[in-house]
Amino acid sequence: MGKLTIGCFSSLVGSLSLDFSIKLAEAAVAKGHTVDYWMSGNATMLSKKGQKAFKDYSHLAKPVQTLLATGKFNITACEACAAARGYHKEDTMEGVKSFSMDWYLASTFEADRVLHIGGD
Amino acid sequence: MATKKLLFVARSLPYKTEASRLALTHAISSQSVEIYLKDGDLVEATIAFVGDGVMNCLKNQQAMKHYGITSIEGHMKNSLLLDMKVMICKEDLAKFGIKEDALLMDADDIGGEVKAQIVPYSEIQKEMESVDHLLFC
Repeated sequence: MGKLTIGCFSSLVGSLSLDFSIKLAEAAVAKGHTVDYWMSGNATMLSKKGQKAFKDYSHLAKPVQTLLATGKFNITACEACAAARGYHKEDTMEGVKSFSMDWYLASTFEADRVLHIGGD
Repeated sequence: MATKKLLFVARSLPYKTEASRLALTHAISSQSVEIYLKDGDLVEATIAFVGDGVMNCLKNQQAMKHYGITSIEGHMKNSLLLDMKVMICKEDLAKFGIKEDALLMDADDIGGEVKAQIVPYSEIQKEMESVDHLLFC
């Protein structure tokens, strides 16, 4: 089984790129692969706890929690990008880590594939 | 002991979105990646500016004056100071009528020794083919 590293800059709601990347992570995990998922820039919005599900908006908190429960999915937010947007440790969804950008580059080192969605 | 090569391809306009700034800051973070890796392992980042992205390379940016934030030019200087390879697409510069003297090509004033390179797209394509992972921003 392989390792996929996904990085995304796109926001929750506002863009469907984040939805696509989570769907891809689900497909990879379902096939037995492991996924490192990196959120930077506006994508750090996905780390926020307390997201409310409305039918008119993307709701990714639940799929992220389901992925985390598999033990094959690591999700990390850029700590500076999150803090700049007012998302601090106490605002972060359970299971989501926070590191600086070098964590992402280190994750690419052992990745079999890297998919980077650098903003819309 | 191994080195993984990454190429960040910056296609986005400066200041319209955060993408090109993040391309530079992520590439620069390769300098501290060893803390997560085994001894001797490295991640080496290169950055190429193509399409609208060549606008990021203009010098005399006034981001602090107009937006109160650091300029992308400053991040470019830091990348050159750190000996990072910076490539700028020659054809895309020509499309915008941008001459070399309008671009930030070095970081001499802060002690940098490496210069940015204006190269044909074919060179950037070769770089794309030579790296382990491509990251479009």
